[in-house]
Amino acid sequence: MVKFLPLIPLLPLAGFLFNAGLALVATRRKKAPAEWLPSLIGCLAPFLSFVLSVGAFWVLRQNPHEPLITGPLFSWFSTSLLSVDFGFLVDPLSSVMILIVTGVGTLIHIYSIGYMKGDQGFARYFSYLNLFLFFMLLLVMGDNLLVLFVGWEGVGLCSYLLIGFWFTDAEKAAAGFKAFVVNRIGDFGFLIGLFLILFAFLSQSQGSENSYLNYSFMENHKEIFAPLATVITLCLFAGATGKSAQIPLYVWLPDAMAGPTPVSALIHAATMVTAGIYMVARLFFLFEMAPVTLSIIGSIGLATALMAALIGLTQYDIKKVLAYSTVSQLGYMFLALGMGAPVAAIFHLMTHAFFKACLFLGAGSVIHALHDQDIRNMGGLFSKMKYTGITFLVATLAIAGIPPLSGFFSKDEILLMTYVNGSPVFYILSVLTAGLTAFYMFRLFVTTFLGKTRHPHPDHIHESSLVMVYPLKILAFLSIVGGLVGLPHVLGGENRIHHWLGYLKEATEVPHQLELRLMVISTVWCLFMSGLAFYLYCCHPGWTKRLKQKGALIYSFIFNKFKIDELYQAVIIKPLLFISTTLLWKGSDQKIVDGILVHGWTKVATVSARLLSLLQTGVLGHYLLFLWGGLIVFLFLAVR
Amino acid sequence: MITIHHYLILSALLFTLGLLGAVLRKNILIVLMSIEVMMNAINLTFIAVSRYLRVMDGHVVAFFVMAVAAAEAAIGLAIVVSLFRTRQTIKTTDWRMMRG
Amino acid sequence: MSETIFFYIFAVISVGMVLLMIFQTNPIVSALYLVFGFFGVAGLYVLLSAPFVAVLQVLVYAGAIMVLFLFVLMLLNLRKEDLVYDRLNWRKIGVGGVAILFLGFLAHHFTRIQIQPFFDLPENFGTPEGVGRLLFTTYLIPFELVSILLLVAIIGAVVLGKRQ
Repeated sequence: MVKFLPLIPLLPLAGFLFNAGLALVATRRKKAPAEWLPSLIGCLAPFLSFVLSVGAFWVLRQNPHEPLITGPLFSWFSTSLLSVDFGFLVDPLSSVMILIVTGVGTLIHIYSIGYMKGDQGFARYFSYLNLFLFFMLLLVMGDNLLVLFVGWEGVGLCSYLLIGFWFTDAEKAAAGFKAFVVNRIGDFGFLIGLFLILFAFLSQSQGSENSYLNYSFMENHKEIFAPLATVITLCLFAGATGKSAQIPLYVWLPDAMAGPTPVSALIHAATMVTAGIYMVARLFFLFEMAPVTLSIIGSIGLATALMAALIGLTQYDIKKVLAYSTVSQLGYMFLALGMGAPVAAIFHLMTHAFFKACLFLGAGSVIHALHDQDIRNMGGLFSKMKYTGITFLVATLAIAGIPPLSGFFSKDEILLMTYVNGSPVFYILSVLTAGLTAFYMFRLFVTTFLGKTRHPHPDHIHESSLVMVYPLKILAFLSIVGGLVGLPHVLGGENRIHHWLGYLKEATEVPHQLELRLMVISTVWCLFMSGLAFYLYCCHPGWTKRLKQKGALIYSFIFNKFKIDELYQAVIIKPLLFISTTLLWKGSDQKIVDGILVHGWTKVATVSARLLSLLQTGVLGHYLLFLWGGLIVFLFLAVR
Repeated sequence: MITIHHYLILSALLFTLGLLGAVLRKNILIVLMSIEVMMNAINLTFIAVSRYLRVMDGHVVAFFVMAVAAAEAAIGLAIVVSLFRTRQTIKTTDWRMMRG
Repeated sequence: MSETIFFYIFAVISVGMVLLMIFQTNPIVSALYLVFGFFGVAGLYVLLSAPFVAVLQVLVYAGAIMVLFLFVLMLLNLRKEDLVYDRLNWRKIGVGGVAILFLGFLAHHFTRIQIQPFFDLPENFGTPEGVGRLLFTTYLIPFELVSILLLVAIIGAVVLGKRQ
């Protein structure tokens, strides 16, 4: 099996190369190629990767304590200080990740065939998708931090390419640009973290082995990090906030809606945003050594979850609501990480991948049918789009945390860990956020699918094609049963995922009675909030207007996303632009470089030429004097 | 005992005198004559060195210098004549045509 | 011994005549002084066993060139007010000082030249025959070029001298 491991990322790469070639040829010939070829190749590659991943998982299951390691495939670079080999590693953590990435990724690929039908850049789209998967697999399968970093940067690039896929629209291109730049800021922190890790090793290196960035090496020598752990982990976490859309770098994710909807599903569910969670979970032995960082991660995660949930309450764009719910759920995962429960985070990552992909693809199906994203123009779609509606409902129930769907188990575990390891305030806030999640998700569902049809042309609405519906069905099924892998002991389950990922962190023993009590609290609370939303939006559609009028100030503040974008604009971007234009461009470049260095020399030449031309008196005697002077100089040089 | 140094210093002296005449005098004719003096000083150097080195190449060079001096005098005087015709002066500071 | 006496006589004649030439107001007088200076230099040539060049010096310089100068002077027919009066001023004294420094510099470097003198000169040294042999063998091409130079100078002088 180990022999086939490199194929898992390489197959999507091959798909990318093939489709990119097709796209290039198409551009050269100015004629879109037949769609069956890129879609076949584009879907086959991730599907085969998925099959291989299942195989790897199966092999690993026989003996979970011996991860599949390809070893160094080739030496990337090697110096006396540091050597980095290119190798792949599949241990239980990355096996979960590759299953999610390739599995959900494949479904999204298949769905895209229907969604992107007739688009000019069909082959280009599939090539980007494949490249995205390739980099994501590189990220989760690399056996050292530098390979992870390659994937890290690669998904950033692909998100830029895909968000700005319809780059002829300036706004969408700008969204891609924003995603890239914000990610770069986080990557900067990540890079500093990498250098600090190297610094820690190099400052007290012992032994001849110098593959410092290998996970196994790092874990075996983790005591070296002790003095620097907090700084290193904080830097790494800065990178994670960029990739996984946490405060303060979450701003790119809502704008990432500019891309095609399946891309949003891919970014939000399977790839990209999970990178930060994965990285922290992968290096959890390092983060564990820095309690300060963990508490910061927990606080930021909770704050992000709460804030995004509040924003999600007010948005009208179906994709924006889902985007903020993603930010919110990612906040949960970071909360879990901060509470020292990486297993819960990965568990939630997995269930989230299922129901969020389902939600996004359902939203895509709606958008595909209506050509509109505003939920105020929807309503009453349930009867017209039965499968979309049912799957969307399932996923909504899952994300709202209604038992026995998958979201309940994973979210409940996070809440439990928060109660056990965190302060009561943390617990209350996270439960509140869970209720908010249920509320805004049901608001979304009710306004979109129930009630009267508000669309101007209701007769045109029809269910999407089979190629789009089947992935939805599969994902809805997974959203229902996905939680069973983490069925807690108290409910008679085995909690398999805890055994599977237990090596990341020993599970905390919790009294069963407490666990049950908390479970009931959160279930009742979520049910209440779901029911409230259902009731208010279904039966009393006018109440929101009154509330909006009463709390107009707060409402507009939340509706405008807490004015964070404006804040960044004023605090960071404007001063930067000011410094760049006024100081650097107009000041130093135009005045110093152009003014003094470029034009200054011409002035020197002009002035000196004027001065020298004063010597040209036209008087013979003076010329003879100069001739003589030249002679003297020449003689001096000659006799030297 | 007259050594080569005597001749060389004498020629240097003559050269400097010619130079001074050429630089300081404003009468174009005297400037031309001073230039002839400078050439003579150089000829003297050539002849002296070729005497002490026992080669006659210096004589040949002196011969060429004389030819050049004759040509220069002819041309220079022709210029002086034509300038005097137009400007009615032989003072060098009155002629300021040699500038851009 | 006689060589030393003659050297100093000719040196004093040439330097003195040149000095007198420089400080004259009337160009005719200075031209005449210059002729005497050239005679002095010709004497030095004789002392340096270069009789052919000495003869040429007298013929070309003292004869041809100075006659040319005198002709031109008469052609110009300068009046009293055409004469140029150069007054001594600080600028000229400064230039003179620089000239003395220049002379010192030249003299200093000339005295560092070390040449072992030969007293037994070869036959025909400096005679018309010796110089002529060299001229028409080794220096044939420069010699011809000089003839062209002179031709050009003649043509140029004629062109310049013509009345427009």
